[in-house]
Amino acid sequence: MSVVLVDAGGTNIGSVRYALQRLGVEASLTADPATIRAADKVILPGVGAAGPGMARLHQLGLVDLMRSLTQPVLGVCLGMQLLCAHSEEGDTECLGLIPAPVRHFPRDAGLPVPHMGWNRLQVERAHPLLAGLSGGEQAYFVHSYAVPLGDYSLATTDYGGPFSAVIARDNFHGMQFHPERSAAVGARLLKNFLDL
Amino acid sequence: MLSRRIIPCLDVRDGQVVKGVRFRDHVVMGEVVDLALRYRDQGADELVFYDITASPEGRSVDRGWVKRVARVIDIPFCVAGGIRSVDEARAVLYAGADKISVNSPALERPELIDELAAAFGVQCVVVGIDSLADADGEWRVRQYSGDPSRTRALPRRTMDWIVEAQQRGAGEIVLNCMGSDGVRAGYDLSQLVEARGMCQVPLIASGGAGAMEHFRPVFAEADVDGALAASVFHSGAIAIPELKHYLDVQGVAVRL
Repeated sequence: MSVVLVDAGGTNIGSVRYALQRLGVEASLTADPATIRAADKVILPGVGAAGPGMARLHQLGLVDLMRSLTQPVLGVCLGMQLLCAHSEEGDTECLGLIPAPVRHFPRDAGLPVPHMGWNRLQVERAHPLLAGLSGGEQAYFVHSYAVPLGDYSLATTDYGGPFSAVIARDNFHGMQFHPERSAAVGARLLKNFLDL
Repeated sequence: MLSRRIIPCLDVRDGQVVKGVRFRDHVVMGEVVDLALRYRDQGADELVFYDITASPEGRSVDRGWVKRVARVIDIPFCVAGGIRSVDEARAVLYAGADKISVNSPALERPELIDELAAAFGVQCVVVGIDSLADADGEWRVRQYSGDPSRTRALPRRTMDWIVEAQQRGAGEIVLNCMGSDGVRAGYDLSQLVEARGMCQVPLIASGGAGAMEHFRPVFAEADVDGALAASVFHSGAIAIPELKHYLDVQGVAVRL
C-alpha cells in the first residue's frame, strides 16, 4: 500500500511519518502531483495557519489535484481545516471538500485559547474510521480554530461547547486532534484510516 | 472536558537524562529515549526536555536525540533550553518536537517570541518564566536561573511579562515559581492564581510539587492547565498512575 504525506510545509510532518512507521507503513513525503494521484492513501498534515497553508497548496499547483482525488484522504489538524470550505483564520478560502466553516473559539468564554491538551471524543455517527472507539477516549488537541457541528461530524469534543473532532464527506476525512501524538487511541485511528 | 496535564520535566545533557544541581554534579539517569518511553507508559500527558548542554563557542548544540524521541514517542513533547533563534527552533520542530520553550533568550530579546509565533504559529511557542518574590513582595523575573552563578534579578514584573509574552505570541506560559522550587512544600498558589488572571493562553505550574496532595489545589484553586514536576517523578516519590487516580477521585479531570 502506498501512503503519501502531502508536503504542505507543516512542522508535524515528521511526527506523522514516524507514527505511520510505528504502524509498519513507510509514507513518502511529496508535493509531486503524479505521486499523490497514484497513492492508495493521501494524508494532509499541517501545523501553522490556514492562509500560508492554502498559499502553499496553490504555489505547488495542488489545489485542483486535491479536489480531484478519489482515494481516501485524511487531513490532520490544520490539514483537516484546509479540507473545509472557508476559515476565519486570515479569511481564507479553503479546498471546499467538506462543506464546513472554520471559526475561532469564542474569545470571551473565559477558556484558554489555544485549546491545548487531552480531551474526550464523543462518537456521533458510526464510521469505519472510528472502529474500536466506544466514546470517552481522549486525544491530544492544539488549535485556536474549530469546525462547528454539522452532518459531516463523526465525533465531537467539548470545549466551552461542542465542536467537530472528526469529520468526513465521501472519501475526505479530517481529525482536528493529533493522532500522531494521541498515544494508543491515535494509533488506532490512524490504522483505521489505513484500513479504509 | 479538557483534562489537566501531568508533565514530567527531564534535564538532558549531551543526549542523556541527568539529575543533579544544574551545571554541576550531574548523575546520568539513562538514555533519553528509554526515560521518555517509561514516562509515556506511566501515563504522562506530555514531556518537557530541558536541554542543559552547554553550547560550545560558536557551535550549535547537537540535538539528534530529539529525532530519536520523536520516532518512538506518541505523546506531545516540548524542548526547552538554549533556543535563541528561529533557525534553532525550526531544527528542533522539524526533528519532531511539538513545541519549543524559550526563557532567558526571550528576556534578552523579546522580539524572539514574535518571530517564533510568526514562523510556526502560537501553538508551538511556549514562554518559560522564572519568578521570585522580591523584598517588597512583588514577583519579578529572573534570568539565567539555570546557572546560579549567572542568575540575574530583573526589574521586570512577572505579571507584566506574562501579559507581554502573550501579546507577542506565546501560546502557553510555564511559570516556574522559584521560591517554591526544590522545597517540595507545594505549588505557589497565590502567585499562580494571580498569573491565571492575567493568562488567556494555557498556563503550566512549575516548582514545589512534593506530594500528591499538592496537585489538587493547583488545578482546583489556581486553575492551571498543567502541572510540571521533576524530582518527585524521577525519585519515584510520586507514581503518575497513582497521582492520576488520586486526582480523578478528587474530581479533577485527568486522562486515565
